[in-house]
Amino acid sequence: MASRRDFIKITALGLGGTAMGLGTYALLKANNPAVAALGEFARLPTYCEVCFWKCAAWAYMDEKGKLSKLIGNDSDPHCNGRLCPRGTGGIGMYFDEDRLTSPLIRVTENGKQTYRKASWDEALDFIASKMKAIGEKYGPESIALFNHGSPGHHFTHLFNAFGSNTVAAPSYAQCRGPREAAWKATFGASLGSPEPTDIRDTRCLVLIGSHLGENMHNSQVQEMSDAIDRGADIITVDPRYSTAASKSKFWLPIKPATDIALLMAWIHVLIDEDLYDKKYVEKYCTGLDRLMHHVRRMTPEWAYGITTIQPDLIRQSARLMAAAAPATIVHPGRHVTWYGDDTQRSRAIAILNALLGTWGRRGGFYFDEKKSLPEYPMPEYPTPKWGWRETHGGKYPLAGMAVTNAFLDASIPQEGSDSMIKAWFVTGTNLPLAMPEKDKFEKAVNSLEFVVVVDTMPMEITGYADVVLPECTYLERYDEIRNSPNREPYIALRMPVAAPLGESKPAWWMTKQLGERLGLGAYFPYKEYEEVLDWQLKQVGSSLEEMKKIGVKKYERKGRPLYLQDGEDMHFGTPSGKIELYSTEFEKQGFDPLPNYVAHDEPPANYYRLIYGRAPMHTFSRTANNPYLTDLMDENDVWVNPKVAKIWGLHNGQEVWLRNQDGVVSTFPIKVRITERIRWDSVYMVHGFGHARKELTRAYGRGGNDTEMITHVPIDPIMGGTGMRANFVTFLMEKPQAADM
Amino acid sequence: MRYAMAIDTKKCVGCSDCVVACQIENKVPVGFCRDWVTETVDGSYPELSLELRSERCNHCDNAPCVRCCPTGASHIVEGGVVLVDPDWCIGCGACIESCPYDARFSHPDGYVDKCTFCIHRVRKGQQPACVSVCPTKCMYFGDLDDPSSEVSKMLKTRKYKVLAPEAGTKPQVYYLI
Amino acid sequence: MNEELIVSGRNIPNIDPHLHIWHWPIPVYLFLGGLAAGILFFAAYFTITGREKEMPTAVKWATFIVPFALIIGLAALIFDLKNPLNSWKLYLTLRLESPMSWGAWTLMAVTPLSILWAASYLRELVPGWDWKLKILNNIEGLVVKYRKAIAWVMIVLSVILGIYTGILLSAFNARPLWNTALLGPLFLVSGLSTGAATIMWMSKSHQERMTFARIDLLLIIIELFLITHLFMGFLAGPEVQIESAHLFLGGEFTIQFWVFVVIMGLIFPAFLEILELRGVKIPVMLPALCILIGGLIFRIVMVDAGQLTRYLY
Repeated sequence: MASRRDFIKITALGLGGTAMGLGTYALLKANNPAVAALGEFARLPTYCEVCFWKCAAWAYMDEKGKLSKLIGNDSDPHCNGRLCPRGTGGIGMYFDEDRLTSPLIRVTENGKQTYRKASWDEALDFIASKMKAIGEKYGPESIALFNHGSPGHHFTHLFNAFGSNTVAAPSYAQCRGPREAAWKATFGASLGSPEPTDIRDTRCLVLIGSHLGENMHNSQVQEMSDAIDRGADIITVDPRYSTAASKSKFWLPIKPATDIALLMAWIHVLIDEDLYDKKYVEKYCTGLDRLMHHVRRMTPEWAYGITTIQPDLIRQSARLMAAAAPATIVHPGRHVTWYGDDTQRSRAIAILNALLGTWGRRGGFYFDEKKSLPEYPMPEYPTPKWGWRETHGGKYPLAGMAVTNAFLDASIPQEGSDSMIKAWFVTGTNLPLAMPEKDKFEKAVNSLEFVVVVDTMPMEITGYADVVLPECTYLERYDEIRNSPNREPYIALRMPVAAPLGESKPAWWMTKQLGERLGLGAYFPYKEYEEVLDWQLKQVGSSLEEMKKIGVKKYERKGRPLYLQDGEDMHFGTPSGKIELYSTEFEKQGFDPLPNYVAHDEPPANYYRLIYGRAPMHTFSRTANNPYLTDLMDENDVWVNPKVAKIWGLHNGQEVWLRNQDGVVSTFPIKVRITERIRWDSVYMVHGFGHARKELTRAYGRGGNDTEMITHVPIDPIMGGTGMRANFVTFLMEKPQAADM
Repeated sequence: MRYAMAIDTKKCVGCSDCVVACQIENKVPVGFCRDWVTETVDGSYPELSLELRSERCNHCDNAPCVRCCPTGASHIVEGGVVLVDPDWCIGCGACIESCPYDARFSHPDGYVDKCTFCIHRVRKGQQPACVSVCPTKCMYFGDLDDPSSEVSKMLKTRKYKVLAPEAGTKPQVYYLI
Repeated sequence: MNEELIVSGRNIPNIDPHLHIWHWPIPVYLFLGGLAAGILFFAAYFTITGREKEMPTAVKWATFIVPFALIIGLAALIFDLKNPLNSWKLYLTLRLESPMSWGAWTLMAVTPLSILWAASYLRELVPGWDWKLKILNNIEGLVVKYRKAIAWVMIVLSVILGIYTGILLSAFNARPLWNTALLGPLFLVSGLSTGAATIMWMSKSHQERMTFARIDLLLIIIELFLITHLFMGFLAGPEVQIESAHLFLGGEFTIQFWVFVVIMGLIFPAFLEILELRGVKIPVMLPALCILIGGLIFRIVMVDAGQLTRYLY
């Protein structure tokens, strides 16, 4: 980031970006320069894999049939024809010259471990023989799959066929798990993705630590913009002046880790001032009396002492959301694993929504629907002897999905007992930058007998693999039909729009090859994945041929109406069949049936709470090497309040090292950004930088890695989520000596 | 005809999609850009304001770059759009010096380059790449001489500003505030 | 606290974080152009006033430098072009609003004229020189015959050239440091001063040296006066010009400007010239060299500093 006002200071900024960029430029270079028109000679459908939103897009080819650009599909409700910067820059993933292009096998040469290139046959034979051996010795369940995104679908199929459902994704316990558990307990339904937030029609959007606009959840950002146009009010709770905060009527600059106190005070105001939706609560909810009793002393004045938010501001904002209700959304957020009591915080958010009567209401939350899409006929999967829940060891009773950190625990042999998990497959997720507690991760991965990593890029995780399989990017492959819930059911097709680079291969091909080598050919009764897609599409009145032309197909809703009808009776999926303000399930499991504020650790002197978040041009660590997106942002910086900067004598752009409360020092220095946008008790950085793999030529050593600073991790006892905002860092002005590290 | 752009700073989230869309549409080499996003923060915590702006060539009515060009490579076409003809550009840099917005740069191929308002798209009836991709729909492009155009309507109904009006360039990218 | 930054990672070579599109060749070009203008001005002036005999260095010998200065200057300019192969297109059009175009055409007129002028004195410099070709001898005859008329043309062109070296910068409204009408006169006077210093240095005649010491002293006084006015104007101007002035008043360029340009390049040589006029024996090379180096640094500083100044919005 270049300073514009400080024009007197001349600094020789490196031109690294340019030098590196030119290589890519050569790939894309055209003859006619200034008024270049990119060809729109042919287009093929795909959906994006740069993030989980999976926007449908058209890939345009130039006159030579070469991929030239990606443009959103107008018919797709995820993007409405407008991709976000990552989607637009998605072609950079294809053109990235650092990609993995051939299978690699770990070998020891001269006492040093290294990788050598291998043929697909050799790599797959090797993997299949290891899988068989480990399966025979410990059972197929002992091979675990960590996955994220589209390759996960294919590998989960392989694992299930093989007899293992030891399958987990960090998107649960490191991300949205707590809110799913809270919604399930309250409304008897999960939120899923995309969340059924009716932002389009809302009159009041409440964001709690959710920085919409910096996280480019495309259609939500689009609808937020529409809502601003319509004059809807936004209330943002964030210790940082986020982009969304700058567009808010009320910004509540909360002291971090005190959100539950604020939420309970809001609930108190709604009840105390009779602002809640009485008709809705009476008809659909249970537990109001207990809630009333519970919050009677949780006044704004009480919350002020905890949150530092003025009581008046708490009351005004509560009245604003009540006035707009039911067209109010108290957004459940997405990455909500913060302090280890996150399910309870999400519960408070759910209760607030229930009191405002927003669930199932226009401008609140709609009832989404997705197309029922039959699975390709396959034999039944074998029943594993044990599954992912057994890895939890009796903990996390309300986890709705497998907990990745429990997989780590189950991979480490404990005293007197062998580990349950003996081998890993990791597909599409860079665990070292996704999971906290690096020590535990390393201990787990070093206890394993075999690790296979499937990725498109030489991410950190590939360094732990015995075999690395190069996946081709989403632009070079078929994948499953995208069938996500929306206001109306939509399906979308992804097909190859470019030839696979090098020897990279799609996941469906890898799993079929492995399946056949494992004697599971019956589960892969097709030659090409097109057969599966065409069969499935024909079951829903379409075909591969049609989808190649339209990319996205919309269906009529078949289920219930989008919103609750006036006076409609409704059965919710909770034990009582009602919206449970007081959770009987939590009570049964021994958890607080109503949320309580519990004080969390505060930063010691000279330490600041480490808050991390997203930048709109990157998706976690996976885009950090994309030539286009790196050009927009090639490193993160650490945001420091000017008051703090003054104490430390920091100046803008200065490189510092961070050390956390456990003495962990950042691998790379990070530049300081002095800004009023962050509270004085916290520092902020964008997640996903500070890559330590030299093979990522653009990303290596750029910025700081927040994940390596997260070593103190309170676990949510309800669903196993990892609390990742419980860490404190201080500044080191000089490169620390090895002894300090 | 007078092409202009209006950009709603109330809606912009600074995602920079406009920048990457432009780079790809116009084959701008990585490391260069014809548009960019600025952030201005004012105040002190917690009394703050933030403005995000997608900036580019302002296609000024009184364009200093066109005036100072010694060969006529910088020229004005329909709708007041300022273009550079690479075949005539000697790369003297005078236009780069003359632009109060630093909107021009020296292309590695030896000519001066900048935003064209995607005139190649506009001539086909399309919107500029940045406008058509913007997820927040915060950009409006059109003909100011046509009172029914979106950009005319926005400027009629909203408060706006232009950048560095004191430079006297009569810029044609308007910021709704 | 106010913060302004680019969040889309813009880092364009020679533009970010600060403009630096014009490198050393431009100030060298401006310096040599000013020097040439100065020498030609004095040659023409003393020819018109009929003082060729008293001022042989000014009228004859110093002008031999001019074609070389102009050609090297032009080479420096072309060296700084990003597409020099297109540079001939400068002469397919005359753009009245473009100082660069004016400069190209002025050089196109001045350079051949300066060659003719110097060549016509070659016979006096090299005894027994003969042009051998009849046509060249004829041209020489014409130049000698119409020397006064040519001198009138030359004096006009030299003033245009001298002022142009300043206008090239001052025409840029976008660079507040340059955007002052004083820059043209200032560069002209500075150019005349460097010309005078060169003549002074080359001259073997005591009287000519004294004349040029006096002329130069006057020019230096005018220059100091213009510089004072320049800063008064900036400090009374809009914010961007005040900030520009501060580059020289405590900022980045303070030492370069006040020590190397004003003290070493103007005041010190002026002091030496006063001493010399009072009869103190001073090696003539010393003030001349100071003025020349000061003049070059002045242009380097102005070009570099000007590119740091911009509109803030």
